[in-house]
Amino acid sequence: MAGAAVRLSDVRFRWREGDPLVLKIAAFDVAAGERIMIKGPSGSGKTTLLNLLGGVAVPQSGRVSIMDVDIASLRGARRDAFRADHIGFIFQMFNLVPYLSLIDNVTLPCRFAPVRRQRAMARSGSLKAEARRLLGHMELDADALASRPVAMLSMGQQQRVAVARSLIGAPELVIADEPTSALDADIRRSFLDLLFREVGEAGSTLLFVSHDASLEGAFDRAIPLSEINEAGTER
Amino acid sequence: MPIVLLSVKSLLNRRATAALTILAIAISVALVLGVEKLRTEAKASFANTISGTDLIVGARGGAIQLLLYSVFRIGNATNNISWESYRDLAARPEVAWTIPLSLGDSHRGFRVLGTNADFFRHYRFARKRQLTFAAGGPFAELFDTVLGADAAETLGYKLGDPIVVQHGLGQGGFSKHEDKPFRASGILAKTGTPVDRTVLVSLEAVEAIHVDWRGGARVPGMTVSAEEVRGMDFQPRAITAFQVGLKSKLAVFAFQRRVNEYRKEPLLAILPGAALQELWSLMGTAETALAAISIAVVVTGLLGMLTILLASLNERRREMAILRSVGARPLHIFGLFVVEASALAASGAVLGLALLYLLLVVAQPIVDSRFGLYLTIGAPTMRDLTVIALVVAAGFVAGIIPAYQAYRQSVADGMIVRT
Ligand SMILES: Nc1ncnc2c1ncn2[C@@H]1O[C@H](COP(=O)(O)OP(=O)(O)OP(=O)(O)O)[C@@H](O)[C@H]1O
Ligand SMILES: [Mg+2]
Repeated sequence: MAGAAVRLSDVRFRWREGDPLVLKIAAFDVAAGERIMIKGPSGSGKTTLLNLLGGVAVPQSGRVSIMDVDIASLRGARRDAFRADHIGFIFQMFNLVPYLSLIDNVTLPCRFAPVRRQRAMARSGSLKAEARRLLGHMELDADALASRPVAMLSMGQQQRVAVARSLIGAPELVIADEPTSALDADIRRSFLDLLFREVGEAGSTLLFVSHDASLEGAFDRAIPLSEINEAGTER
Repeated sequence: MPIVLLSVKSLLNRRATAALTILAIAISVALVLGVEKLRTEAKASFANTISGTDLIVGARGGAIQLLLYSVFRIGNATNNISWESYRDLAARPEVAWTIPLSLGDSHRGFRVLGTNADFFRHYRFARKRQLTFAAGGPFAELFDTVLGADAAETLGYKLGDPIVVQHGLGQGGFSKHEDKPFRASGILAKTGTPVDRTVLVSLEAVEAIHVDWRGGARVPGMTVSAEEVRGMDFQPRAITAFQVGLKSKLAVFAFQRRVNEYRKEPLLAILPGAALQELWSLMGTAETALAAISIAVVVTGLLGMLTILLASLNERRREMAILRSVGARPLHIFGLFVVEASALAASGAVLGLALLYLLLVVAQPIVDSRFGLYLTIGAPTMRDLTVIALVVAAGFVAGIIPAYQAYRQSVADGMIVRT
């Protein structure tokens, strides 16, 4: 299948030698532009999977392809560069670098990713302008919030800043690891709407990890990790 | 390089700790540079103070002590040389010239040196430079005085001003020789030697002001007016020391032996250069100790920095994970810490240099007046720059320790910090 954003085949991964396998995935594909939710209980290996997709961890065997590039075969530095250029990340909480300004936090990936920098510049003329545009779309007023350290922002605001950062320079893949779990139930929905809208506008593929079943309906697919991961069963 | 900018911002964010770390390093660097500065300046100044003198003769005692009191006006002579012995030795055929030195009085904190016109003729400093007058000239009359440049400036004396010489060396002692006023007849140009802080009078004048004094106190009932004094004959009875110039350098050791074996009184002749060497070697241990201490202080400053960087590692794990997620390599994380350490050390070193100059500006007049050491303020020397480079290099090397820790930590943590 051409145009797969993510393709795993015969992946086996354990964190350390002697540890049990955390992941054993025979095949898993995500089509470009798809919005997928991966669910599973705590400790089932969801975050581990994201580390593999980001190339921060490397499987002991098998292929992890992102945009048809087998990142497991890339050298360390190239893997990091690849991640910077093609993947935006959003984490559960504390996504922001405390000593950087709001705008600098959003433009941070562009410092490591020439491709995303170029795209962001092309889009708004400058990184700053692009950061403002994205923050505006996330319903954040960059000027009003600029005077405060980013750590003073509310949890919901911080998560929206994280979305803006993950989307700057329109990476092909956006990976979110339980980005709503620290948010109040009533703002989860609106957060998700904003995320979807922007991911859609950027044309990115979304891989969303959560154990909040109530959000399932919004995604194209919701896959239990246990469905693709055989590691837990044969232990 | 994104890492340099990140390092700077990260340091600015922790500016209180960063500032303290920098200050600690700066103080240590200023100390090292200051000690070095004092050492070289002291040596240069000592070496420049006397030039062209073959021997210095004084009462028997320590060679260094003789050098210190006769040339540097530090400390006091324990004994004098009788006038007869001085005349006897000065009349030797191998002697080209002598400068008699009579010390013991002071004027408002400045030492008074009794001497004669030979001083102005033969005294040489800093590679055979001769004394010159900024104003006036040598003594013409009994109570004429010549002032060193600093003494004149500090005391605000102009030519012709009256001067009251004080007995003994203390300041503001009550036994002033007020009855016999001196007059400034000349002011010397600046030499950068202890001569600048000296008040020069004739040997006869020294004798004259002590005419009604015995053993340091006024003889009760005996007063002699300045007018009467002018009529008297003041053959000096003793001097403190004298400098000797010989006709031939070859005669130096023979003449030295002659002095040291002088029958009529116990005398000592020293070669100024050799005595200076002796002084340096005496100070060598102290110098080494000082150097060791200042290096220890720098190491302490850098250790403080290391402690702070290591302590920050844990609280910065999340930051590292975020940086990794946006594409930073573990090597970037390594670089972040190395750059931070180097920046701290470099800022500390540069601030230390600035601190040194500030200290020099503040201390220059004090050191000058208290210790007679004129600290020149000039561009940093090659040695200063080497010290600074070494401190920055040491900071860089020290930074490798937390950097390596952070590197390993970020490789293990990946993008997600496990808490
Ligand atoms: N950096 C790591 N080093 C070593 N072991 C790890 C690391 N990260 C995860 N593990 C181990 O891998 C297994 C899966 O953990 P993981 O974090 O992927 O689960 P998860 O599904 O994300 O759980 P949660 O829902 O609680 O976030 C666990 O046993 C965990 O201890
Ligand atoms: Mg997880």
